[in-house]
Amino acid sequence: MLDIRNLNARVEETEILRNLSLRIKPGEVHAIMGPNGAGKSTLGNVLSGRPGYEATSGEVEFNGKNLLDMGIEERAREGLFLAFQYPVEIPGVSNMEFLKASVDARRKHLGLPELSSFDFMKIARETSKRVSLDAAFLKRGVNEGFSGGEKKRNEILQMMLLEPSLCILDETDSGLDIDALQVVAAGVNSMRSAERSFIVVTHYQRLLDFIIPDYVHVLAGGRIVKSGGKELALELEAKGYAWLEDEVA
Amino acid sequence: MTEQVESLIRKDYAAGFHSKIESDTLAPGLDEDVVRFISAKKEEPQWMLDWRLKAFRAWQEMEEPTWAHVHYPEIDFKALSYYSAPKSMADKPQSLDEVDPELLATYEKLGIPLHEQATLAGVAVDAVFDSVSVVTTYRAKLEEAGVIFCPISEAIKRFPELVKKYLGSVVPQKDNFYAALNSAVFSDGSFVYIPKGVRCPMELSTYFRINEMNTGQFERTLIVAEEGSYVSYLEGCTAPMRDENQLHAAVVELVALDDAQIKYSTVQNWYPGDKEGKGGIYNFVTKRGICHRNARISWTQVETGSAVTWKYPSCILKGDNSVGEFYSVALTNNFQQADTGTKMIHLGKNTRSTIIAKGISAGRSNSAYRGLVRINAGASGARNFTQCDSLLIGDRCGAHTFPYIESKNPSAVIEHEATTSKVSDDQMFLCQQRGLDAEKAVSMIVNGFCREVFKELPMEFAVEAGKLLEVSLEGSVG
Ligand SMILES: Nc1ncnc2c1ncn2[C@@H]1O[C@H](COP(=O)(O)OP(=O)(O)OP(=O)(O)O)[C@@H](O)[C@H]1O
Ligand SMILES: [Mg+2]
Repeated sequence: MLDIRNLNARVEETEILRNLSLRIKPGEVHAIMGPNGAGKSTLGNVLSGRPGYEATSGEVEFNGKNLLDMGIEERAREGLFLAFQYPVEIPGVSNMEFLKASVDARRKHLGLPELSSFDFMKIARETSKRVSLDAAFLKRGVNEGFSGGEKKRNEILQMMLLEPSLCILDETDSGLDIDALQVVAAGVNSMRSAERSFIVVTHYQRLLDFIIPDYVHVLAGGRIVKSGGKELALELEAKGYAWLEDEVA
Repeated sequence: MTEQVESLIRKDYAAGFHSKIESDTLAPGLDEDVVRFISAKKEEPQWMLDWRLKAFRAWQEMEEPTWAHVHYPEIDFKALSYYSAPKSMADKPQSLDEVDPELLATYEKLGIPLHEQATLAGVAVDAVFDSVSVVTTYRAKLEEAGVIFCPISEAIKRFPELVKKYLGSVVPQKDNFYAALNSAVFSDGSFVYIPKGVRCPMELSTYFRINEMNTGQFERTLIVAEEGSYVSYLEGCTAPMRDENQLHAAVVELVALDDAQIKYSTVQNWYPGDKEGKGGIYNFVTKRGICHRNARISWTQVETGSAVTWKYPSCILKGDNSVGEFYSVALTNNFQQADTGTKMIHLGKNTRSTIIAKGISAGRSNSAYRGLVRINAGASGARNFTQCDSLLIGDRCGAHTFPYIESKNPSAVIEHEATTSKVSDDQMFLCQQRGLDAEKAVSMIVNGFCREVFKELPMEFAVEAGKLLEVSLEGSVG
């Protein structure tokens, strides 16, 4: 699915990711934890091709293709999805219109016919119900005036409609109330399958009670300093990150 | 990303072709004889010629205005031709079958089929080609309702009393430099008359096309809505691509009598010039409406074309409780310049006006909003709301706002909101991360920005306007 080999990346002039390697097989869920400023969001940004984030060396293979050679929208159409830590608003563009355009772009890339507006609306309404967003949100501008939690659920709605093969969730749990957290987790779990993989960036073990990861990695100082099973998250919750610095050093 | 956005602007101007139609074009030059020639060509009555000559004499004493935020080389008004008509129009066609097929093909190519069965359902079209009206559709159906929709040249002959009464009543001959010139040399345009209490059974539209080289187009539109009547009118404009600049100086007058409503929409797509700023239309237009008691005039404009635009569709709110509205999207790209806005003149009591102006600048273009809200002493209870938003694409363009407020009545409530924003990198990235290409992303963001204005357009044209915006923006990212 995804094979990151010795990736170095910088933002502006600063080297952020250093020799990062990570291998994700189809169907796996990898949780990434780590202190603020460690480079977790940077990893998602580099993988999705965000302008300003430059891979300086290393390789990334995505579904057998060279990811770093692809444009932003190409990566997206190939099935890479990033749920943003801070979703932006696009005033005046209805959520429905935006979602349909995105889904059409992905379907076109896969050689599938465009959905009719009628069919799409039906699917979008059903899906929004699953993330506890009232259908009225579909008519509003993209994230326009949405609360923090509503924005996050809107990200999950987009993910469910686009049916990506690799989902990167960047702190989708932060700012969510308990109910919303369960809604998001249920959404993710409903999408887990043998063909789909997830990278879940989080600060809290709590989310991992609901979305049970296959692997947990600790990202610190731009590299993965420790990897383990789901128990690692519990250990981190109890001990923090300081003890790992000794291990790295 | 800025460079990315910057290069997204501009695909070929789709309406930029020239039709090979033989025409009668008057040699360049401007004097009283030219005015007489035009009047004679149109077989006008003496009073009309006198009216033109009066305007011409006034124009000769006037100076071109320089206060607008636009720059262009001095125009040599004597180097232009003031009349051009397709040869085949010399003996006027009586029906569509007699219209030059090449002409029909031109409109077909522009997406405006003139055969009634092929037109947009429920839209009557008057097609003006250079200086003359070539065809007006659905006339019979409109006449049944008592609605007059015909070329103004024809109205002058058939309905002289109406024309005499209203022509120049809203935009006087001497109103400004370009209006005076237009009054002297206007060639054609549309005349609309809606009788008392009648709701016009279909949308009316006029389509203006400049074809000949070095000709100015000076059309004149007059719409009179009698008491309690309603009409929705739309104009569209295109021109071939040429290296020379061409002048377009129109005058539009609207008269909304008591309880009447006029909705006037414009989709202006004159040739904007090329990427280096060469060529394009100078669009110097005077549009004004007068509202009597309880009347309402709404101006909606989508301005994407022209090298230079100078245009302020305005409302004189004379009658008590009358309403004026101005909804505008002005998009400039490359080297285009636009100075546009409105004037709302509140004279009557409890008059209300709304101004929503959206300016989008890309490339090295400049757009300015210039708006005047004047509340006269007698206009107690008057209200105005103005919202003026600018969106910048890239960092070499400019947006400027010049709001003027003059209030002589303390009971007036005037609200003004203004914002300037950029198509942000984050918005672009969100769209692209969801699989949209950069061009689609920009056009979607810009369309969202314009939504409040687009929803005022008649349905079919809202779709058109969205597409036009998309085309005009092409090349601004990439
Ligand atoms: N656009 C940018 N310009 C300058 N520095 C940046 C930029 N983006 C990230 N950085 C820097 O890169 C480092 C890693 O940031 P990143 O956002 O990847 O951290 P993170 O692990 O996601 O942290 P958090 O847990 O707080 O979300 C930080 O020091 C941050 O300041
Ligand atoms: Mg982060």
